[in-house]
Amino acid sequence: MKPVLRPAIDGLLILVLVFLFTSALLLLVDTSPVEAYGHLLRGSFGSWSKFSRVLNVWVPLTLCSMGLLYAFRAGLWNIGVEGQMVLGAIGATAVLNGGLGSDTPLLWLGLALLAGMLLGALWALLAGWLKVWGGVHEIFTGLGLNFVAVGLVLWLIFGPWKRPGIASMSGTQPFPRELWFPTLEGWRVSPFAIGLALLVVLLSLWLLQRSRFGLELKAVGQNPRAVPLYGLSPVRYMLIAITLSGALAGLAGTLQVSGVYHRLIPAISSGYGYLGLLVVMLANFRLLPIPFIALFFAALNVGSIQLPMMMQLDSSLSGVIQGACVLSALLVFGLRRLQRRSP
Amino acid sequence: MNDLPLGMLLAGILATAAPLIIAALGETITERAGVINLSLDGSMLLAAMVGFMVGYETQSFLLAFAAAAAVGALVAGVVAVFGIYLGQLQVAVGFALTLMCRDLAYFLGNPYSRLQGPQLVPLKIPLLGDIPLVGPVLFQQPLVVYFGLLLVPAVWWYLYRTGRGLELRAVGENPEAAYTRGIDPRRQQLLYTLIGGALVGIAGAAYSLDIKPGWGRPQGIEGLGWIALAIVIFGGWHPVKVALGALLFAFLQVFGITLQSVWPSIPAQVFQVAPFPLMIFALVLVNLLQRDGVQRWLERRPGLALLLARLRGAPPRALGRSFHPD
Repeated sequence: MKPVLRPAIDGLLILVLVFLFTSALLLLVDTSPVEAYGHLLRGSFGSWSKFSRVLNVWVPLTLCSMGLLYAFRAGLWNIGVEGQMVLGAIGATAVLNGGLGSDTPLLWLGLALLAGMLLGALWALLAGWLKVWGGVHEIFTGLGLNFVAVGLVLWLIFGPWKRPGIASMSGTQPFPRELWFPTLEGWRVSPFAIGLALLVVLLSLWLLQRSRFGLELKAVGQNPRAVPLYGLSPVRYMLIAITLSGALAGLAGTLQVSGVYHRLIPAISSGYGYLGLLVVMLANFRLLPIPFIALFFAALNVGSIQLPMMMQLDSSLSGVIQGACVLSALLVFGLRRLQRRSP
Repeated sequence: MNDLPLGMLLAGILATAAPLIIAALGETITERAGVINLSLDGSMLLAAMVGFMVGYETQSFLLAFAAAAAVGALVAGVVAVFGIYLGQLQVAVGFALTLMCRDLAYFLGNPYSRLQGPQLVPLKIPLLGDIPLVGPVLFQQPLVVYFGLLLVPAVWWYLYRTGRGLELRAVGENPEAAYTRGIDPRRQQLLYTLIGGALVGIAGAAYSLDIKPGWGRPQGIEGLGWIALAIVIFGGWHPVKVALGALLFAFLQVFGITLQSVWPSIPAQVFQVAPFPLMIFALVLVNLLQRDGVQRWLERRPGLALLLARLRGAPPRALGRSFHPD
């Protein structure tokens, strides 16, 4: 077999496995797979309005996945990306609250971006610092900090930032239009946010694949014990990587507040941090497939929204399909490994 | 404080801790054999759903717990086969399974939401149950609580006092050496991952049939699987210390709910998330104790050193690393 063909065949194999698994599952609960797939497709690509919703999910998902890639390159499992996104959203809300009634809204939006990235980065740095200084695996610090972040956002929504009148799970008082990320008529997604996400992809492409920093980061991730011989400090690179990771998650959180919900809500991160981990795994920790897989996952998320209404199915079907994708991929990669071992 | 609320508090702590003890001991067995099963949070939820579904349909606790154990073992089996035989990262497989099992539980459990199902009733042990204070706390509990409590000495005995337990630990510490002694590390790891997973499944059903009876979205046990994983580290991979860690966490949870009624001015969210930073703090503390500087400082304080030495624990050396016979 030609080596060029192999990824294509593997990809096809993964899709077939996922298709068989999902169809079997749907038949098990007595529904028509064809109908369900039809709803998923129409719900995500059926109209421009729906597709712009998909893009609204694609932006934060791509940003989180890109951030995760930096951490993975340094050998870190930054599960805290979820909480870092929440902290970014909190930072952005705090700044936008300050910009209420100002006559320079664009300045405040810019400040919100910076604050969101800063807070996300600091939250990530805390997890990184607990790892290198406290020796606690980043999976546990990250998770713990995720729960703390959710507690923090609930406290803010029901406490200091509660709506005039009654505080509720629907979130804080929406911001006036001046403080929304600029968008076009009929668009649900801000073109500015799409631009930012594309910019991050291109920058990461250069930074991770072409720059000296990317090479050094990879060295640290693959062999942290050997790099001190070359005068590199693994601790420093790990902290830089996780901070960048958090900054991108914070950016995603900021865009959720200023570009999508226009307020702070309890589920502001929407689980995109965890989903980003699946995106990166399915991409086999490579950069280029990430934006495309993120688009596919975003379409599943948006397409499944109408399943409860149209078919009385739970919308978590999208998560099942996404998980099946990653497991099928791991299975196929694993079988390939086995094949290489015993020719 | 009279003795009734104290007794209720203690009984509540024990009941809250029991499923955590079962899940954390299951994971302890798995990790001592060198496999890390990160899927706990999702597989517990899926097992809780299946346990409730089977219990609702059959009205049989035995079948419900058996089904839940089978689900836990099945999910763990995927981690084992992918990790041990296909050479994939155990952490990656486990994490993907965590998310997928959670969604699968909500997807398949949708028709069973908010139904009134069977619930375990406390089982009073004759005579022992009548002892004041101790009786209501220890001997008037549902069956899973007794199971959890008896599991602690059972696992300890198996790990440290039997030949098979020695083999288990040998595989987790040095699979190559175990292999040269005629033990098949991969088969052992598969076996103990399955057993550990079955215990995790039982823990899941303990929630939906006892602690938080019923099924719904959210179920209210999201996050506890991660806590169980952290407790294993906190307990230094030692069954008795792991059980104590589960009790400590249950204490924090129950205590938080109690404190909330004492200080209503502090928002509820603070108490709900308080155990998580405390868990991180405890893990940092456990790790700092291994440092040379801290050790030297402790040498001058023998009493404290003796006490803290009990807290230390090292991970199995081959944890998460797949063994290949060639």
